[in-house]
Amino acid sequence: MDLTYTPEEQEFRARLREWLGKVLPVLPPKPSPDDWPGRRAYDLGWQRRLHDAGYADVHWDASPTMRLIFLEETEKAGAPYVGAGFVGLLHAGPTIAAEGTPEQRARWLPPILRGEEVWCQGFSEPDAGSDLAALRTRARRDGDDYVVSGSKIWTSHAEVADWCELLVRTDPEAPKHRGISWLAMPMDAPGITVRPLKTLAGSAEFAEVFLDEVRVPVANRVGDENDGWRVTMVTLSFERGTAFVGEVVACRRVLRELAGEARKNGRWDDPVLRRRLGRLNAEFRALWRLTQWNVSEAERTGGVPGVGGSVFKLRYSHARQELYDAAADVWGPDSLDLDRPWVLDRLSSLSYTIAAGTSQIQRNIVAERILGLPKGR
Amino acid sequence: MRFQLTEDQRALQGGVRELLARRFGREELRAAVDAPGCLDRALWRELGAVGFFALRLPEVQGGVGLGLPEAVLAFEEAGRTLLPGPLMATHLAAAEVPGAATGETVVADVGACGLVEWLAAADVVRGDAAGAVPLRSVDPLTPLHRVPVARGVDPVAVLLTAAEQLGSATRACELAVQHARAREQFGQPIGGFQAVKHLCAEMLVRTETARAAVYAAAVTADPADIDTARLLADEAAVRGARDCLQVHGGMGFTWEFEVHLHLKRAWVRTHRAGDATESEENLAAELLAQPI
Ligand SMILES: Cc1cc2nc3c(=O)[nH]c(=O)nc-3n(C[C@H](O)[C@H](O)[C@H](O)COP(=O)(O)OP(=O)(O)OC[C@H]3O[C@@H](n4cnc5c(N)ncnc54)[C@H](O)[C@@H]3O)c2cc1C
Repeated sequence: MDLTYTPEEQEFRARLREWLGKVLPVLPPKPSPDDWPGRRAYDLGWQRRLHDAGYADVHWDASPTMRLIFLEETEKAGAPYVGAGFVGLLHAGPTIAAEGTPEQRARWLPPILRGEEVWCQGFSEPDAGSDLAALRTRARRDGDDYVVSGSKIWTSHAEVADWCELLVRTDPEAPKHRGISWLAMPMDAPGITVRPLKTLAGSAEFAEVFLDEVRVPVANRVGDENDGWRVTMVTLSFERGTAFVGEVVACRRVLRELAGEARKNGRWDDPVLRRRLGRLNAEFRALWRLTQWNVSEAERTGGVPGVGGSVFKLRYSHARQELYDAAADVWGPDSLDLDRPWVLDRLSSLSYTIAAGTSQIQRNIVAERILGLPKGR
Repeated sequence: MRFQLTEDQRALQGGVRELLARRFGREELRAAVDAPGCLDRALWRELGAVGFFALRLPEVQGGVGLGLPEAVLAFEEAGRTLLPGPLMATHLAAAEVPGAATGETVVADVGACGLVEWLAAADVVRGDAAGAVPLRSVDPLTPLHRVPVARGVDPVAVLLTAAEQLGSATRACELAVQHARAREQFGQPIGGFQAVKHLCAEMLVRTETARAAVYAAAVTADPADIDTARLLADEAAVRGARDCLQVHGGMGFTWEFEVHLHLKRAWVRTHRAGDATESEENLAAELLAQPI
């Protein structure tokens, strides 16, 4: 067991730090959270800088340890997060890289890496959430096109996306996991209506997407017809891999700021609060170690993120909510003031036990795939 | 960074597990429960012979010359099998008390909470045991004395205790899962019911998070890492035993089934390293100490 980094890894870290030190001070100011076009431009601009500096494909090609270092250092330096690039860089891109034809890879991957195109994920539907395979959006073959009708929901970044990784039903007769296909749908195709949904935090992070006879070329299908479920599982395993590394680093910083604030406003004198923060320190230190453990395991097994990601996600989503509840305890009645730091974060943290597979679903996965307990229906 | 067990560490883990399975299986565990306070001296010498106590002693002093990570793996196995006796005290005394390293001498320590484990069975007691009074120990496998003067704790003892807790938590999870797969009610294995399944999943989550914390503390020996390991491992062991008990239904409440031994020993260990609030306070203070 070793927690030291190889000379190569240390050099990667040093070069990255040096570059961040140069580039971060000259970044344009962050756009307001409600300014979607501004956010798109900002996030893509950052990806472009990463690309030009040779860090574009750190999420794909770098070793898991290098990726860990990248996410740790960028977060510590206060660099922008992937933001609108999330789906392209962490779901759709890796899926196309793994399952696409050479033509498809050549068409879609470079613009993702260069920060030119934004992707969204059209998986969930009003009647297919946790039971994703129950999705009903229908794709009918018509010559060289699919004609797609149905509706998607909770589609993050739909308003600013160029492409949507879309799951559709191509064979309604087949068992539910066997009749699904994976399509890349251009978001400007006729027949698409995007209706933003307001989150409980007041922001418009996600949207409903209505599809009315949208024509998508058959050439945009990644993987075989009706093999979309398997193709999707590739994507989801990426989603649960190293996606939260930067956030754990950020949570540890917030915890220190919280302690500082408590010290300032006198709450620190309450031993119950102090010990609660002490426990949270243990929690996030342990989550950081678990991240290092999982990354080392991925390194050993050849890079494919495993079900260990579910163990991490369960613990982390809960810890994040605890952290911001503790922040409210530090603020007292000021925790009702949306202009205080961490108050909005407390609201956003509520999505963590729901998005990307609810905690209940993650527990099913851990119990069935790791512990071998019998499958429920 | 290669934060995984090395080949050698795996071999050591397997070796200790194999030895303990052979020398301290179900029957020996039963026998130990039926003869409270009796230490199996032959087993103790055998542990000495394979280097359990001399593990971290340098080779020039006749030790095995290994480090904290290896000691953590060995103590994890001990926790897993509920191996009785003052393992920790004897291990920590290996360099100072003659005969401790080989298992000839059994050593007891005055603990941080003013308790002494295995006082009557020990040849040597470290710390001030004057005025020791026996108490009726909740754990049938750990005789306890109360003493007026407590003793400071060695951080290594805190870490190795966490390793024992980790082993115990791992075992409780395994037992719960075995039972959940085998026991049928309402015409199906109870592990198919989500209420049971989710208890098991949470046991694994707590255990694996604690594992990362304990192993990391073994590598760094950093005080904050050790406090972290302690808090997470205590939680994994105590709650794991409780949930394992629940999954076993009426059987979980019997003297016969071993889960109560895991729970009671886990309780004993939560006090061995001093008050948990101390670890919490240390970690709170650390938040103000330095930026990450
Ligand atoms: C912030 C945010 C962003 C999102 N972004 C996207 C996106 O970009 N693209 C996309 O496709 N989707 C996205 N989602 C959707 C997300 O994946 C779903 O919300 C999630 O999978 C749950 O589905 P649901 O909302 O239909 O809830 P349901 O599936 O209806 O679940 C309701 C409750 O029932 C429980 N439940 C359901 N089934 C079971 C079971 N078998 N066992 C036990 N309990 C069960 C759930 O745990 C939950 O508590 C996003 C969600 C959020 C909150």
